[in-house]
Amino acid sequence: MTAVVQPRPVEGRSLWQDGLARLRRNRAAMASLVFLVLMALACLAGPYLTGHAYDQVYRSYVKVGPSLSPYPKAEAIAPAALDALKRARVDVGEPVEIVGESVRIPVSSSRELDPRIVRYVDRVDIFSGARLEEIAADGRSGVIVADIERFTFLFGTDATGRDLLTRTLIAGRISLTIGLLATVVAILIGVTYGAVSGYLGGRVDLVMMRVVDILYSLPFIFFVILLVVFFGRNFVLMFIAVGAVEWLDMARIVRGQTLSLKRQEFIQAAEALGVENVGILRRHIIPNLTGPVVIYMTLLVPRVILLESFLSFLGLGVQEPMTSWGVLISEGARDIEGNPTMLLFPAIFLTTTLFALNFIGDGLRDALDPKDR
Amino acid sequence: MAQAKTTEDSDLVLDIRGLVVSFATNDGEVRAVRGIDLAVRKGETVAVVGESGSGKSQTMMAAMGLLADNGRATGEVLYRGRNLLALRPKALNAVRGAKITMIFQEPMTSLDPLYTVERQLSEPLVEHGGLSWKQASARALELLELVRIPDPADKLRAYPYELSGGQRQRVMIAMALANDPDVLIADEPTTALDVTTQAQILDLIADLQKRTGVAVVFITHDLGIVRRIADRVVVMKDGEVVETGATDALFAAPREAYTRMLLDAEPAGRKDPVPESRPIVVGVQKLGVSFRIQQGFLKPPTILKAVDDVSLTVREGQTLGIVGESGSGKSTLGRALLQLLPHSGRVQFEGRDISNADKAAMRSIRRQMQLVFQDPFGSLSPRMTVGQIVTEGLLVHEPSLSRRERDLRACAALEEVSLDPSVRNRYPHEFSGGQRQRIAIARTMVLKPRLVVLDEPTSALDRTIQKQIVDLLRDLQRDHGLTYLFISHDLAVVRALADTIIVMKGGRVVEAGPAEAVFAAPADPYTRELMAAALAPVAAG
Repeated sequence: MTAVVQPRPVEGRSLWQDGLARLRRNRAAMASLVFLVLMALACLAGPYLTGHAYDQVYRSYVKVGPSLSPYPKAEAIAPAALDALKRARVDVGEPVEIVGESVRIPVSSSRELDPRIVRYVDRVDIFSGARLEEIAADGRSGVIVADIERFTFLFGTDATGRDLLTRTLIAGRISLTIGLLATVVAILIGVTYGAVSGYLGGRVDLVMMRVVDILYSLPFIFFVILLVVFFGRNFVLMFIAVGAVEWLDMARIVRGQTLSLKRQEFIQAAEALGVENVGILRRHIIPNLTGPVVIYMTLLVPRVILLESFLSFLGLGVQEPMTSWGVLISEGARDIEGNPTMLLFPAIFLTTTLFALNFIGDGLRDALDPKDR
Repeated sequence: MAQAKTTEDSDLVLDIRGLVVSFATNDGEVRAVRGIDLAVRKGETVAVVGESGSGKSQTMMAAMGLLADNGRATGEVLYRGRNLLALRPKALNAVRGAKITMIFQEPMTSLDPLYTVERQLSEPLVEHGGLSWKQASARALELLELVRIPDPADKLRAYPYELSGGQRQRVMIAMALANDPDVLIADEPTTALDVTTQAQILDLIADLQKRTGVAVVFITHDLGIVRRIADRVVVMKDGEVVETGATDALFAAPREAYTRMLLDAEPAGRKDPVPESRPIVVGVQKLGVSFRIQQGFLKPPTILKAVDDVSLTVREGQTLGIVGESGSGKSTLGRALLQLLPHSGRVQFEGRDISNADKAAMRSIRRQMQLVFQDPFGSLSPRMTVGQIVTEGLLVHEPSLSRRERDLRACAALEEVSLDPSVRNRYPHEFSGGQRQRIAIARTMVLKPRLVVLDEPTSALDRTIQKQIVDLLRDLQRDHGLTYLFISHDLAVVRALADTIIVMKGGRVVEAGPAEAVFAAPADPYTRELMAAALAPVAAG
């Protein structure tokens, strides 16, 4: 053979690049993508910025409504102070004065004032750094001065007085993680299983697909309850439960696709070249499955999130104080009349995310569908 | 409007003026048709000829309002003075499907598999013609008689899958004729059919035209057909009309170089004979392939003999042409020979018996015997680059090669098939049919095989491209001493390439012998029928 020069290759444009170019023109899908990225960032970084820990309980602020201005409200301070000192066996004089960022509470007692009574005040979330000042000579009266702690609860708080914004963002982490991980698990198992079953065909296919049929026939909730009974409630269990069910669909879809791919001439060409089964699966079948698989994946993520929400709603999901959107919605639904915002905010987060994922899925289907060209 | 036309023009049924068709694609606007004029008079047959991509189909699709979503048509398409492009869908539907009808290339996919022939024929009669279902049914029977389907009464109740390709195409024609159209547009109606069926369909169209006076617009890339049926020819290239004229005049004295090239595109030349002393590469004795067809749960399976008792020998450097209609078992024979299907009988490759050898034993022999497929679109994996496709065989048979060495071999193989090696990072969908077929050939050549089985490698290609591929195959054979098994239904191509041919029918060999002898004096009646159907237009000219 004569020496052949190796010219610089011209870059080609793969079907993927074509598809992505089409996707980029789809406004709804692109907006959804941006939204999802923002949502993911908010869920990741947000909890550090809200100023509240997701499991910190503010007993003074149980079920307060959403507000842009910080708590406590001016009119709530005096009653809170009186309430706090109720058990201190002291007489609280009038008036309770609010001076700038601190509160002055005149107290008197028939006995000498015990300086430890300030703890009653400190114990309330509204106040901090309480101290006894201006003690009278006989020690029987004085003024408790306490700083007022101001908290902002943009979304309000939940039934145990935890910041709903922080909890919604933390819940988003859990829901999105379960959505992604369970989907990846489902796809890994499903694609491998379906492609092998479809490609090998014959008796192997028959057995493998009957196994799928049997697994299909197990009632999902029953299956999850069994798992919970045996292993207790556990975050990892969620992946297993959801992944174990969702890969069945994936396997069937992939098997169908593989069956039609198998008849394509390029597969026969590879067989005629002597390529082994593993090579055909890896180089020819699986790459050609990416289109349907990616589309199915974007539609599977919302399904998994919903499934998790459903399980959490039933009380089979993640455990307190950890939470997910499903748990929050379930809690909010319990108090829908008294405090609808507790339901509203997590529900908005969940539905917008699901919308965005569905839009992306639709966009991808339009962009990657080969019949379109 | 119609009254305003002069008497001279009243003959004009379809008048296309300045038609421009463009498509919005990722790479901006692509103009498929660049301002063409085309007139069709009552009762004449106009052939629109051109290679694929010349815009001949898109012209007619635009006229029928059937463009893809991203397509746009401007200009005028006048049907008896009314501009179809300006009509609303409802008004357009009154014309298309009734007065201008169309038949397509694929009769398999143009019929709805869920409905009987009767239902499908009756529907437009009820919708457009205002007939009752009962009247429509009677008319459907008439139509089937018109297109000369055997047992028309039985066929009314048949579902599309129960009909052969030729019968389906006849049903399509019957549907097109249902409402007494003025214009019948036939878009490559015979390309998917066997030669003998093709001839019958062409005769039918010509005959129907005589009887009903319908004007026919015949879109094709095959000039052999044109000469047989057309009154006038319009030659298209790159979206423009290159030449137009009466068929006889155009064939006798083409003005344009492009037309001459199309006319010369018949594969020419004969193969130089190979001396008898060369070693035998393939020997096949009494090869048979049968398929079990499960008919029902309890019924015993029937055995279908796809290939029955075939023996042949091919010497080094020879080309054996395997000829037959679809279903004759010629492709099955090729695959069984390559041990891709279980078979009975014996297959010897270079003296070794490889009959029903297992995968592992075959792997070392695979590189010596290669296969090229008919469909250049289906045989290349759409998600691999050309370089990866071409070198895949090396991964299997020479796993020790480095990436760089493989790349070099890919370049060499691409050069050998006259492709620019710089395209090796591109993807198959960026190439035309002919280029893809070259890539498929490069994939086999990179392994330096001894035997190549070519399964209809030119059937999906335009005549001009066919000629190039035939030339390429001939050069490769000469340079590398290749042995070919050439499977085709196209006798012109086989004649240009083969030393010996075998003619197959129903899985059996009906005739075998040196190519020249068989072509000069076919002994079997079936061979004679094939030749008459395929070569008649050439012989007549």
